[in-house]
Amino acid sequence: MDEMDDNLTESAPAAGARATVTPAAGGAEVVARDVDLFYGDHQALFDVSLDMPANKVTALIGPSGCGKSTFLRCINRMNDRIAGCRHTGSITLDGQDVDTQIDEYLLRTRVGMVFQRPNPFPLSIFDNVAYGPRRHGKPSREALRQTVQRCLERVGLWDEVKDDLKKSGLGLSGGQQQRLCIARTLAVDPQVLLMDEPTSALDPISTSLVEDLMSDLASDHTVIVVTHNMQQATRVSDYTAFFYMGKLVETAPTTELFSRPKEKQTEDYLTGRFS
Amino acid sequence: MTRSDKAATNAADAAPRAGAQTGATRAASAMDADTAASMARRARRSDHVATGVLAVLVGVVCLLTVAMVVYILASGGTKMLDWSFLTSNPSDGGIGPEIFNSFYLLFLTLLISLPLSLGAAIFLTQYAPSGPVTTCIKTIIEVLSSLPSIVVGLFGFLVFVIKFGWQFSIIAGACALTMFNLPIMVRVIQQALEAVPRGQRDAGLAMGLTRWETTIHVLIPSAIPAIVTGVILSAGRVFGEAAALIYTAGQSAPAIDFTNFDITSASCPWNVFRPAETLAVHIWKLNSESVVTDAAAISAGTAAFLVACILVFNILARIIGRALEKKVTAA
Repeated sequence: MDEMDDNLTESAPAAGARATVTPAAGGAEVVARDVDLFYGDHQALFDVSLDMPANKVTALIGPSGCGKSTFLRCINRMNDRIAGCRHTGSITLDGQDVDTQIDEYLLRTRVGMVFQRPNPFPLSIFDNVAYGPRRHGKPSREALRQTVQRCLERVGLWDEVKDDLKKSGLGLSGGQQQRLCIARTLAVDPQVLLMDEPTSALDPISTSLVEDLMSDLASDHTVIVVTHNMQQATRVSDYTAFFYMGKLVETAPTTELFSRPKEKQTEDYLTGRFS
Repeated sequence: MTRSDKAATNAADAAPRAGAQTGATRAASAMDADTAASMARRARRSDHVATGVLAVLVGVVCLLTVAMVVYILASGGTKMLDWSFLTSNPSDGGIGPEIFNSFYLLFLTLLISLPLSLGAAIFLTQYAPSGPVTTCIKTIIEVLSSLPSIVVGLFGFLVFVIKFGWQFSIIAGACALTMFNLPIMVRVIQQALEAVPRGQRDAGLAMGLTRWETTIHVLIPSAIPAIVTGVILSAGRVFGEAAALIYTAGQSAPAIDFTNFDITSASCPWNVFRPAETLAVHIWKLNSESVVTDAAAISAGTAAFLVACILVFNILARIIGRALEKKVTAA
């Protein structure tokens, strides 16, 4: 009952957008314009304008505390819950303003997020992946099974877990948990995938699996990844944006930014003169 | 000077300084080798002494507690294992109705206090904005948890028994015990919810779940092992409570008849408006005003049974908590 009411009211502001969750035809373009962000009186982002093209991987790099994660969390409005956090300027998803034109909860089905630490729900592997589709629709049992298999195959986890689908997702290894979290996010067919240092808690083999996945996912999603690891940015991304002290210093196609940085600060960071 | 220039000069400065420093440290350590060795010896000795003192203190405390439990169980053990003692009426020197009353009262108390404390804990951890009001409420709950149980009992007497006109009854006792139990349960559940990693909450929100859905589907399942353990342990406390019940559930245990389903009758076990003496109250009554000849033996047997029950609660809490934990983390 409640859920139906919720869905009705939630889809209202997004009229014209996809009213129900259908498989994404592809990624959506994310555009940030003049974003200033404040935590109370402290300004954390200064006039950030950045285009994140559809179906490409954009890497956000920069030293700790430079604002790249904060910026990422603006895109799916995860900062809304933080008291005293507000921003000016606009962030749009295929031209729709995420703060005013799209409902908060609907936005998050279009913009999925993967976190630094794998955080599967305390549920079975199957239920973890099935969670989103169940929550946002009434899929048949067979459709659900297919979705779960498709998503787990997509992240290369199916063969490892197909006999243990009823076991708890928390019993998997760290790398498997992270791929499970990606599968869980994919199950609602988001247009955009936000990844906040998705491999920093993983071993090298799992890291390389997740990196391969990022490039692969860009074929039908827009992938935006925050990373500390510059090699990772060069391996997986098409575009790279360098943040420093809350400002977007430079953005360019990845190969260009790494081989011919235009700004002195970018060059210093890339060559390890400060971090 | 640009940043990189400065870094370079700093590095150049630092190199010889670092070299000099290690040289100096090495010289100093060679000179003071004996001192260092004797200091290490002394540190090890004081470590041994501290370990010894702590072991003795813990040993004494353990010995005292174990001795108490063993004494209570031993002095009433034979009586406790007597089936007719456990089933017969107080008029025949038994504690049958008291056992039933204790469990029934515990069940009713949990029925009232669990939803209340779960709701309160969820509100306090998830919804209440941090501020003076919330802090004040949390303090009040803490104060309430250290309220003397006799005060709770007399308050219950005035409000439930007199004002509401419920007389000495199970429901009055259950309400008094709820007041007694609520603060502890709220704290236990609050801590369990707060211990759920922040990442889990973020995962729920990032999936497009509302705060309520995140709480119900993500936080509570994660916290359930700790919640269950806490609830069973608090049940042990409630089970052994006497002072809060003397003036609420009353001190008489009318004979109950399990074939009687007329819930208005005083002998119907499920009637919540009948007076119901519990095990702990029975012990108190036997020792303060009993005229029965073998009061001491009955009291010892009752105490042994009570302690055995609470022991079982604790063991159950551990087993169930661990099993749930295992189920949640890895099946």
